[in-house]
Amino acid sequence: MTDAAALRRRTQDLLAAHPPATTDRTDFLKARFDAGLAWVHYPEGLGGLGAPRTLQAVVDAELEAAGAPDNDPRRIGIGLGMAAPTILGFGTDEQKRRFLRPLWVGEEVWCQLFSEPGAGSDLAALGTRAVRDGESWAVDGQKVWTSSAHVARWGILIARTDPDVPKHRGITYFICDMTDPGVEVRPLRQITGEAEFNEVFLSGVRIPDTRRLGAVGEGWKVAQTTLMNERVSIGGMRIPREGGMIGPVAEAWRERPELRTHDLHQRLLTLWVEAEVARLTGDRLRQQLAQGQPGPEGSGMKLGFARLNQEISGLEVELLGDEGLLYDDWTMRRPDQVDFTGREAGYRYLRSKGNSIEGGTSEVLLNIVAERVLGLPSEPRTDKDVAWKDLTR
Amino acid sequence: MTTQSDLLYTEEEEALRSAVRSLLADRCDPADVLARTESEQPHDRELWKTLADSMGLAGLLVPEDRGGQGATHREAAVVLEELGRAVAPVPYLTSAVIATETLLACTGDPAAELLAALASGRTVGALAVPFATAPGAVHTRVRHEGGALRGEVTGVADAAVADILLVPADGGLFAVDTGRDGATVTPLTSLDRTRPLATVTLDGAPARLLAEGAEADAAVRLGLRSGAGLLASEQLGLAEWCLTQTVAYLKERHQFNRPVGSFQALKHRLADLWLRVVNTRAAARHAADALATGSDEPNLAAALAQAYAAPVAVRAAEEALQLHGGIGMTWEHPVHLYLKRAKADSIALGTAGRHRTELADLVDLPAPATP
Repeated sequence: MTDAAALRRRTQDLLAAHPPATTDRTDFLKARFDAGLAWVHYPEGLGGLGAPRTLQAVVDAELEAAGAPDNDPRRIGIGLGMAAPTILGFGTDEQKRRFLRPLWVGEEVWCQLFSEPGAGSDLAALGTRAVRDGESWAVDGQKVWTSSAHVARWGILIARTDPDVPKHRGITYFICDMTDPGVEVRPLRQITGEAEFNEVFLSGVRIPDTRRLGAVGEGWKVAQTTLMNERVSIGGMRIPREGGMIGPVAEAWRERPELRTHDLHQRLLTLWVEAEVARLTGDRLRQQLAQGQPGPEGSGMKLGFARLNQEISGLEVELLGDEGLLYDDWTMRRPDQVDFTGREAGYRYLRSKGNSIEGGTSEVLLNIVAERVLGLPSEPRTDKDVAWKDLTR
Repeated sequence: MTTQSDLLYTEEEEALRSAVRSLLADRCDPADVLARTESEQPHDRELWKTLADSMGLAGLLVPEDRGGQGATHREAAVVLEELGRAVAPVPYLTSAVIATETLLACTGDPAAELLAALASGRTVGALAVPFATAPGAVHTRVRHEGGALRGEVTGVADAAVADILLVPADGGLFAVDTGRDGATVTPLTSLDRTRPLATVTLDGAPARLLAEGAEADAAVRLGLRSGAGLLASEQLGLAEWCLTQTVAYLKERHQFNRPVGSFQALKHRLADLWLRVVNTRAAARHAADALATGSDEPNLAAALAQAYAAPVAVRAAEEALQLHGGIGMTWEHPVHLYLKRAKADSIALGTAGRHRTELADLVDLPAPATP
């Protein structure tokens, strides 16, 4: 059942039974899920067939060739990349059956309620409280940097259930109903002028105990699955030469000789070299993965791209001179997703500042490389054996 | 977009690496290298004999029907990684890569004969141009008169150990036997004593013509291009040694009652260096693969690799020295051998800046017009 030929046949059967041209998009996606062709490495009955993950490409190629609709993965990235693997890993059978299908189809958007104003890099210090009240929990606190919160049906939430034990041990993982009257979502305007993210205020939110993921007090362990999948999903696609941020700068350089100076030329060439080498490093990483020998190189990709994006976009604004003094649009909007290429240089410059903060600051990632890849000792810890309530805040 | 190059190592390449590495572990200890640099014979001829002749590594780039091993730049690059890791004082880059690649591009019988001799490892060759020469930047003042050469070339790497010099002169490329009258090789006091330079003085030295005109120019250019592209692999090995040694030292060394490697200020520097080494590996493998297969523009790949790898190797050695603290500044500790090699390598075969300028042409990012 799990070889490429069988998957191809199964995909053709799906297409025959539900011709994309005449089938409603959502109906097609539901049928695809039910045929086990949504994510073939998931178990049968949950959108998959227990097949090797690499065989998904076979299905996707067949569907793309037939012009079948996809589930717009960028719109539901948090659900697919973070909520789903966590539910699969820690959810009850009932939770898996209830949540995975509408998540994958895109009927229900998910958001992530992790970071707090007082818990960024030190996420385990979070202070949102969940207090047991019979068969449910009452949740109070504030979350921040929540993308999609204003369109989300569900949120993956970590909250403190025991303040009397050290911080990593008193956290529990929940699925939060974003339509609960105690949930208030406010846009968080960024330096770009728009609000990709939100602040989420939780006041007496009721969460039934049946929407707990994993055991009480085990939330930190469950969250590791979520966060690991966040890092895996960054930097997956092969890009062509000049396919990244260097592209628009190189183009401007070629088309507008009047902007050229010797100083900019040297800096451009240096960054061009770094961008091209980073691209090759990505190629090499993917070749390693394809051979089933993942290296630690992946830990570094995000660090490299954050710095490069910032330096390249900074150069671009400077190169543009008079135009670099202008900005395309300060209007406060709430975009669904980040679009680096659809906007002007000033936007790229400002938005890329977040690349070294979101998904783990560069400083924290350097610690991770130093400790997990190079095996250097950690800094002495003063927070490990102290009850959460006694930590300095 | 061109096809994707193979940036990994094959099983055979890994086996080759193990063989070279274990030989060097036995025979090329940093303390030995240091002692040798102060002796009359800075090159390790016995080690070269084993590598080049017994193991057959001098002939990797040469097809079997021309007297070599029929391997490629990919395998030679792996050898260079290990030689760089050991700062081994052997003329591999100069003879088995640069001189050999130059001869491969010459068509006549004299070149074929020399090529087989170099491939056997029993004859050492050196291209008689200053070691700082970038591909395509050769300016010779050596004159050819009636079968003999006159002139001087300074800064020739490994000339002191060469049996044959390949000399670009007016009218073509010539071979000169260093043992003959009229050819003098005078060692220079070099920054990097593990790859010492010398001045070659030709005073009516008998010369055999290897190639003329455009063929000669192209051959020299290809020799230097392979040298520049594969030098990145040597720089990778060197940088890896610096990183590995420094990480090990910072785990051992205690100050303020903790391993100094637990201080975040130092950890971040090493993590950053690791990132650069990871990138260098991709650039170096890409260059080796492009030179081997001709895929993805070898000129671009070689210039890219050199533009990236040269500063990384220097940085790795400089960081290693600083992070070792006082011990790193001593003559006894080997890190200075790596610093000197890295700095010399950053000038050898064209600086990173020269290679960036080359890239500007290759990828159409032209310099501003001069007013």
